[in-house]
Amino acid sequence: MTTSAIAHEVTYLEAISQALDEEMSQDERVFLMGQDIGPYGGAFRVTEGFQDKYGEWRVLDTPLSESGIVGAAIGAAMMGMRPVVEMQFADFISCAFDQITEMAAKNHYRWGAEVPLVIRAPYGGGTHGGPFHSVCPEAWFFHTPGLKLVAPSTAYDAKGLLKAAIRDHNPVLYFEHKFLYRRIKEVLPTEDFVVPIGEAEIKREGGDISVITYGAMVHVALDAAEALDQEGIDMEVVDLRTLSPLDTDTIKDSVRKTGKVIILHEDTKTGGIGGEIAAILAEECFNALDAPVMRIAAPDIPVPYSPPLEDFFLPKMNDVITAARQLAAY
Amino acid sequence: MEISQSEFLHLYYYLRLTRALEERVTTLYRQGRIVGGAYTSHGMEAISVGYASALQADDIIAPFHRDMGAFLVRGITPGEVLAQYLGKRTGPTKGKDGNVHMGDLKRGIFAFVSHLADNLPVATGAALAFKIRGESRIVATNTGEGGTSRGDFHEALNFASVRRLPVVFFCNNNQYAYSTPLHHQMAIKDVVERAKAYAIPGEIVDGNDVVSVYLTAQRAFQRAREGEGPTFIECKTMRMHGHSEHDSAKYVPRELLEEWKKKDPILNAERQLKKLGYADEPDFHEIHMRVEKEIESAVEFAEQSPLPEGPEALEGVFAANPVEVLI
Repeated sequence: MTTSAIAHEVTYLEAISQALDEEMSQDERVFLMGQDIGPYGGAFRVTEGFQDKYGEWRVLDTPLSESGIVGAAIGAAMMGMRPVVEMQFADFISCAFDQITEMAAKNHYRWGAEVPLVIRAPYGGGTHGGPFHSVCPEAWFFHTPGLKLVAPSTAYDAKGLLKAAIRDHNPVLYFEHKFLYRRIKEVLPTEDFVVPIGEAEIKREGGDISVITYGAMVHVALDAAEALDQEGIDMEVVDLRTLSPLDTDTIKDSVRKTGKVIILHEDTKTGGIGGEIAAILAEECFNALDAPVMRIAAPDIPVPYSPPLEDFFLPKMNDVITAARQLAAY
Repeated sequence: MEISQSEFLHLYYYLRLTRALEERVTTLYRQGRIVGGAYTSHGMEAISVGYASALQADDIIAPFHRDMGAFLVRGITPGEVLAQYLGKRTGPTKGKDGNVHMGDLKRGIFAFVSHLADNLPVATGAALAFKIRGESRIVATNTGEGGTSRGDFHEALNFASVRRLPVVFFCNNNQYAYSTPLHHQMAIKDVVERAKAYAIPGEIVDGNDVVSVYLTAQRAFQRAREGEGPTFIECKTMRMHGHSEHDSAKYVPRELLEEWKKKDPILNAERQLKKLGYADEPDFHEIHMRVEKEIESAVEFAEQSPLPEGPEALEGVFAANPVEVLI
């Protein structure tokens, strides 16, 4: 283990960049495809300087052609490459839906072809992106067998999960939250590490109420937990980190400990991942529950643009606090 | 360009094998022994046999459902095909998928999905891998004229051309996409027109002439191998059966079928073989008997193969995944 002389804090965005850089430098099969990722460095500058370092063919600027890009990445992956596709915004992943759900997700099941593909999807609201630059599309793919879905909430997880995704033998959708890009940072280990896919993490231990969440909402939950601490309500925050396959053991263990649960996500409520978690708890933890399962999610509307509208749309700390007080009263 | 006797006899053998196998598929379907749909390339065999025969062993094909000849040329056996049709564990997908939905990376075959033209971007990706690694391998892919209306067709051609990828696009223009005739599919007369917009050289060949397909494919493959980029080859043909074997295709004018019957690719090949002095009736008969024998043992293999057990349905969703932690 090495210790750097000066601990350097790394943003969530830099962590993503570092993961790509490290994987590309130690594995020549890894290459990047996407729109404007070359000389421009990507819409969010995740790949700034990459083309100078790795060349035009490993940092490949593509036409505006999501389905074609993902299809091509699938073909390259089956030929032994490790493509990482950047969706400029997660919203545009809908253009590649067919290639992801029909080709990438089913190839191994149908005929044993491995598709080691990563699709990076900058997602989520809070940046006034409006209906086409803010969406949380994870539930569309959560329902598709054959895909792995990850959604890190910290710089550490962002780096470790991306490295794990690139080394995985399966298609992995990597949901990186745009709101977190430059807002959070931490010191990361200097040695190589991965965050295993399929493992949730307790981000805050508590005994009274479990908040099960992921992505940017982890920070909303942590803020709420701090505020509630002063009221004597001790919240546990479970960060799913991987959405598929779900770490149901960690979820159930937490709920069995606390007996009360809030499921929190930024995605809209109906058909969201929270519904599935609630169903699992109803089926498998019914006797452990001391109160109804509560869900906090965005209303069933497109993500609106204007600040008051978007602010209304996004789940907030106060929503969690209100729900927690109700649960605490049971 | 000339074709040698051995090359032509190779093509003829695979034409006969494809025809005999798919005729057996039709029979098995009519007997109710095939549980799902049956899709054949009856009358269009010259296209898949022709292009697949022009490839090298380590090249890749990304075919579609009128490409039985290509599967056979690449080494999928008639027994495996019938096992697949019967849902047996010995089929290439072990019962997970049916009919022509087969693939095997060891034999360089990308399985296609029913969403036609989806395989074209995937084909460009394999070509991209070869280009990145500096290999001289190439990819051949095929779709029907109906598939060329989909966005994935256009995205694939555009990307392949922009990056001069070693991929050759074939189009089996058999006049009908299910019941939709060509003039309701596109406002152009020749599908090859589509390639112009992507600056891809295009050619039209007689899809019922296996030698033309073979020689044209060879030239295009050579171009691709030499770094000259993609070619688009429209193979004009006619779908002589329904979209699938349940479809009587009453919407196709009988006169049209009668006309195309005269251009049958096997009869066509036999005329040419005789003219070149490469083979005659006794040779055709000998090959016919050989092929029939192969089909008989294929049926036997498929029928004697075990069905999968129900819970095997749960296997293989994910690739077994020891995460490689690089030190």
